[in-house]
Amino acid sequence: MASVAEKVVAGDIRTVARLIRDIDDGMPEVREVLKELYPHTGKAYVIGITGSPGVGKSTLVDQMVAHIRKRGKTVGVLAVDPTSPFSGGAILGDRVRMQRHSMDQGVFIRSMATRGHFGGLTQSTRSAIDVLDAMGKDYILVETVGVGQDEVDVVKSAHTTVIVVIPGMGDDIQAIKAGILEVGDIFLINKADREGSDKTMSDLRLMIEMDQKKYNEGGWKPPILKVEAVFDKGVDEFLEAVDRHAAYLANTEDGLHFRANRVKVRQELGEMIKARLIEEVLDRLTDSGEFDAAVTSIVEGKVDPYTACEDLVLPILSG
Amino acid sequence: MKQKRRVRVMVAKPGLDGHDRGARIIARAYRDAGFEVVYTGLHQTPEEIVEAAIQEDVDMIGMSSLAGAHRYLFPAVVQLLRDRGADDIVVCGGGIIPEDDIAKLKAAGVQEVFTPGTPLDEIVRWVEENVSPR
Repeated sequence: MASVAEKVVAGDIRTVARLIRDIDDGMPEVREVLKELYPHTGKAYVIGITGSPGVGKSTLVDQMVAHIRKRGKTVGVLAVDPTSPFSGGAILGDRVRMQRHSMDQGVFIRSMATRGHFGGLTQSTRSAIDVLDAMGKDYILVETVGVGQDEVDVVKSAHTTVIVVIPGMGDDIQAIKAGILEVGDIFLINKADREGSDKTMSDLRLMIEMDQKKYNEGGWKPPILKVEAVFDKGVDEFLEAVDRHAAYLANTEDGLHFRANRVKVRQELGEMIKARLIEEVLDRLTDSGEFDAAVTSIVEGKVDPYTACEDLVLPILSG
Repeated sequence: MKQKRRVRVMVAKPGLDGHDRGARIIARAYRDAGFEVVYTGLHQTPEEIVEAAIQEDVDMIGMSSLAGAHRYLFPAVVQLLRDRGADDIVVCGGGIIPEDDIAKLKAAGVQEVFTPGTPLDEIVRWVEENVSPR
């Protein structure tokens, strides 16, 4: 019998699909599988696509898949949609725009819910990237949940981060003020046939040019491109820009080799420790009943939440 | 915290009919019940539906058909799932479906059929009682 990891590496669709489900559901046994898969990762090129809801990320991803397939390369897509904070349920609808690829064996599309995680990307998504990488996909496209201003986790996992905007959102620059502007490797103005695209272009250019010093020192200068994804206009030029960014990364010291990049590894390991600690601590407190007891005490006014938190956490830390 | 296994459901519109209002309402009801709902949109072939269901690892496929092709489309999905060794995925149908056809669909392996006017609560309860996350 082949192990789960062996089946993933062999490209078995059902095994991959089930493994991503188990990752999402936080099944502890997936850790061993992920350990086994890790040596098989690091070959795929990961592109993150982010931007506010409604800018056309899914349509763009659909066109990217078509173009990448024309190049004879395989693609994995992870499409993230929000979980309802009230019911815990989610409607994952990004597949609607990508269905024409569903019969293509070179394409694997998976919808994922955020499950209450903010930042546009979950730890599960990161692990799912590794799974698709290990199964041998050449490109992995991660479409984040439509993010607001500083939810830009995707940069920690993508080689190239693409920020999608549309003309005429607020005073144009409003939607992309701090965080997002700093993390974009490529900016796309989608629906560029709409009024105001030149204004958006010049606003973006103004902001990006302000980092001139960085570019003079050989840093990557993010291109700004106009596209009309729904009409497949500008998508080729966009993918050429991705190629240029990949070439740039390949020429920088450890750019393309994520695993060797200290900054990325530091971030990712930090996130993983946080997630693991929270999981273990909450599990322990829930199982022992201490968590519920503390909730009751706070509700009954017997203790304040600050004290309750200390009472729960300190013994674990010192123990 | 330990994640609860979530029910994953696919809502699909097979065939040529272009009305998905009902399907979207069902999708919303499932969401409100705490399920993760993969919505595939209109005009799907049985092959596309089954492939998507496998990639998404869903527990159930709910299909809606209003154009009379359910007698072909629903059993075709059941058969394709069997061919792929994925017949542990529950198949349900809904839409404009004549009373006479329901027994035939069930005999073909469609587990439940919901006709117009069925309260949303009832559909959600059926899923909760008959579909568990794998």
